[in-house]
Amino acid sequence: MDGSTRGYGMTKHGHVKETRVKAHASEFRRVVRVFLGRRIVIFGVVTIAGLIICALLAPYLAPYDPYEQNLSGALQKPGFNHWLGTDAVGRDTLSRIIYGTRTSLMIGIVAVAIAALIGMTLGLIAGFFGGKGYTFIMRFIDAMMCFPPILMALILAGILGAGMKNVMFAIGIALIPAYCRLMCAQVLSVRENDYVTAARSIGATNIRVMIRHILPNCFPPLIVLITVNIGMAILSEAGLSFLGLGIEAPKAAWGKMVSDGYLYLRTQPVLSFAPGLAIMLVVFAFNMVGDGLRDALDPKLRGTL
Amino acid sequence: MAALLTVENLRTSFTTEQGLVKAVDGVSYHVGANEIVGIVGESGCGKSVTQLSVLQLIPSPPGKVTAGRVLFEGEDLLRLETKSQELHRIRGGKIAMIFQEPMTSLNPVLTIERQMTEALEVHLGMSSRAARERCVELLGLVGIPDAAERIDDYPYQFSGGMRQRVMIAMAISCQPRLIIADEPTTALDVTTQAQLLELLGGMVKRFDSSLVIVTHNLGVVARYADRIYVMYAGRVIESGTCTDLFVSPRHPYTMGLLKSVPRLNEPPGKKLVPIPGLLPDLIEMPPTCAFLPRCRYHIRECEEKPWPMLESVREGHYVSCFVKPEEDHHDG
Amino acid sequence: MVLLLVSLMVFLTMRLLPGDPILMYMTMRDVEGSSQEQIDNIRKEFGLDKPVMVQYLRWVSGAVRGDLGTSILNRSSVSAELKRRVPITFYLTFLSLLLSVVVSIPLGVISAMRRGSWLDTLVTTVANMGVTVPVFWLGILLVYVFGLILKWLPVFGYTSPFTNFWVSLKQVVMPVFCLAVFSIASSMRQTRSSMLEVIRQDYIRTARAKGLKERVIVMRHALKNAMIPVVTLTGMTVRYLFGGAVLVETVFNIPGMGRMTVDGILAQDYPVVQGAVLVIAVTILLSNLIVDLSYGWLDPRIRYD
Repeated sequence: MDGSTRGYGMTKHGHVKETRVKAHASEFRRVVRVFLGRRIVIFGVVTIAGLIICALLAPYLAPYDPYEQNLSGALQKPGFNHWLGTDAVGRDTLSRIIYGTRTSLMIGIVAVAIAALIGMTLGLIAGFFGGKGYTFIMRFIDAMMCFPPILMALILAGILGAGMKNVMFAIGIALIPAYCRLMCAQVLSVRENDYVTAARSIGATNIRVMIRHILPNCFPPLIVLITVNIGMAILSEAGLSFLGLGIEAPKAAWGKMVSDGYLYLRTQPVLSFAPGLAIMLVVFAFNMVGDGLRDALDPKLRGTL
Repeated sequence: MAALLTVENLRTSFTTEQGLVKAVDGVSYHVGANEIVGIVGESGCGKSVTQLSVLQLIPSPPGKVTAGRVLFEGEDLLRLETKSQELHRIRGGKIAMIFQEPMTSLNPVLTIERQMTEALEVHLGMSSRAARERCVELLGLVGIPDAAERIDDYPYQFSGGMRQRVMIAMAISCQPRLIIADEPTTALDVTTQAQLLELLGGMVKRFDSSLVIVTHNLGVVARYADRIYVMYAGRVIESGTCTDLFVSPRHPYTMGLLKSVPRLNEPPGKKLVPIPGLLPDLIEMPPTCAFLPRCRYHIRECEEKPWPMLESVREGHYVSCFVKPEEDHHDG
Repeated sequence: MVLLLVSLMVFLTMRLLPGDPILMYMTMRDVEGSSQEQIDNIRKEFGLDKPVMVQYLRWVSGAVRGDLGTSILNRSSVSAELKRRVPITFYLTFLSLLLSVVVSIPLGVISAMRRGSWLDTLVTTVANMGVTVPVFWLGILLVYVFGLILKWLPVFGYTSPFTNFWVSLKQVVMPVFCLAVFSIASSMRQTRSSMLEVIRQDYIRTARAKGLKERVIVMRHALKNAMIPVVTLTGMTVRYLFGGAVLVETVFNIPGMGRMTVDGILAQDYPVVQGAVLVIAVTILLSNLIVDLSYGWLDPRIRYD
């Protein structure tokens, strides 16, 4: 009987309230339980945790300084000294991959944060105030959606120049459309609900309505979108670095490592493969967590995100 | 007189996060030829699940028919393989089903023609032209105006009542021996309900079929059914003819149901008498009578013995209750 | 309405690119460290000394007539260059799209119908991994395995199928596969979850109750309904395909539009980039239109809007 709302009849006022509180707590527990229900999802969570630790403790985990060049020991095959070998200027590949975690995670998170903040604000404005604002913003978003996201990030990076900050910004902007549309759709659907009208009728201001009613409804799909986007952002960064418009030279970035390694494919395939696998691992982890979150928060969303 | 359909001791359960839900826990009933049988009960008592089990339409990962036999024309339907020819022939051909929700029971992207003719093509081997003609006839029969044009429309272009008429037409199209109507009018307004039930009753007589009508509405069964089964918490607790049940109900639940129906000939201002309490949790059912917590007539025996079996009170009238009629009830 | 969108979008293309006067300077510097007078002359030649709005109008009027300007870098006509390269990219993209649809939809359907079977698990796993793979990395991997080690397929280059079909085919296998991987994976996931959703619907139960065979139910009743979100996804896939084309063309050294765009961005060669992006954007716009139209065919409720 604990945690359930069914019973043999509730007659006292106190009883009803107690059951509702229990329902909230059990709902949260249910979400967590469904979320952690699949092994793959747990794997994802553990991996992400591991990556964060890796990023934070990089200086302690990496065996060598990722920037230290050692021309005489260049292009070594994987061996005891250098588990993944060295690159063209003698830098230890493993260390560079570990340090690359920092770059990738930071870019992923910041880019998505930018996209989410700007996108959601735009969506909120468009949905809530409607009229010309809506038309203008949505047309703008439609136009943005006519471009492949990578291409857009590419162009923006081209204008702004290479470097980590610019890359984050470029990718962030390219990811805006999804958030804007999501928010706008949420706002529009919630706005029509009777409880919003009811709240308004007792004098709730616009902002209050927005915060208390609309925002909470957006959380489930938003969280899922964010986790999935982080993976996509990391992939985009890798692509940009590969093409030469991403992170600048001495910094360890996985995409750049793949690109640099391409030249030595015949002799030292590890140089290209290892960072690629790292990318895949990270993106996979985020995707699985995203899937798990979606199943836990709202199974009805399956197939929409 | 051999019955058309005999259900013996059917048990169906669902595996859920909270545990095993015994939706149908030992249900037996039979339907004779040209008979209209009503199955009545609250939401959640298992009446719909029973019907779905008969045709093996229970979604299989969570649900499963765990025991019982369903005898139809000499065969046990539950023994048939899910993919077998036999089962496919019986579904729609010999036993047809009408569902509760007309809004979602028709495929939104196919025309009415397509959805109606496919049954005829499969079961009666008709050509598409012949099938179309027949369907137009049927639609006219169920009261769809301009049937010849409307047959090319899509479900969204029909109202709920009309969609249900289409469902009825689909059900009778292959002239089945048995039609199972699972709360066919619950989702509709009262006037439409009445019309539809008249229609259904008429069709059944016209085509010589039997009908099982599942509902929670006593008025419906009172008017149309020959025999009635009352279900509670996955079991049949009383069964008998219309007269038996309405004039001399025996089970406290049946009595409670009848008492809670407002009547026209009562003085205004008279309070309605509901049955207190809620349905029991189907996962953790006590071994005793499931109605016990809500029953006002219970005696010592009810608390000690397991759920009573159905016993004959009179010819054709069965009750599952320890409280005997000789004992004094508080109100009649 | 569509035309309005196109013009708006083109407008934005222009806005996004030469939005920065600083770039003008940098471009000029690139073209030989020459004297100020020479730089001014070159500027005049390209009309870059005029205000931005004027530039825009000149460009649009040219575009409508089919003249997309001249490349700053190598003085060739952008339109001519595009004429040569566009078919190549389209060839790649189209083949990838075809491959994606042909593979993912049947597999998605089958895995939904046989949920929980080994096939389903295999399909889901492959799909989950497919969306994490960095396109360029996969390209490099394939190059390594099939090109260098096994020597089955040529490593780079492009031949038109009209000149030498067999060679062309061999060259195109790897790039097309690379390009298609992401969209195959995401379409499989989408188809599968769409089908699972549809199978649960009441009308499928009605169809079963009518005694229809399972295959008929899938093909006639379920598929049409399940396709709606899949079609949306396919529309979005076209966007990704063009983005991926950029990367694939770089890895496999294919002289297509994508490469041209990247080179243009790196060299800040405006007309080139503008022209290429315009073509891509228009194509995507058209494909979105086709997607919208197909909704009407799939779902009759939308038709009578």
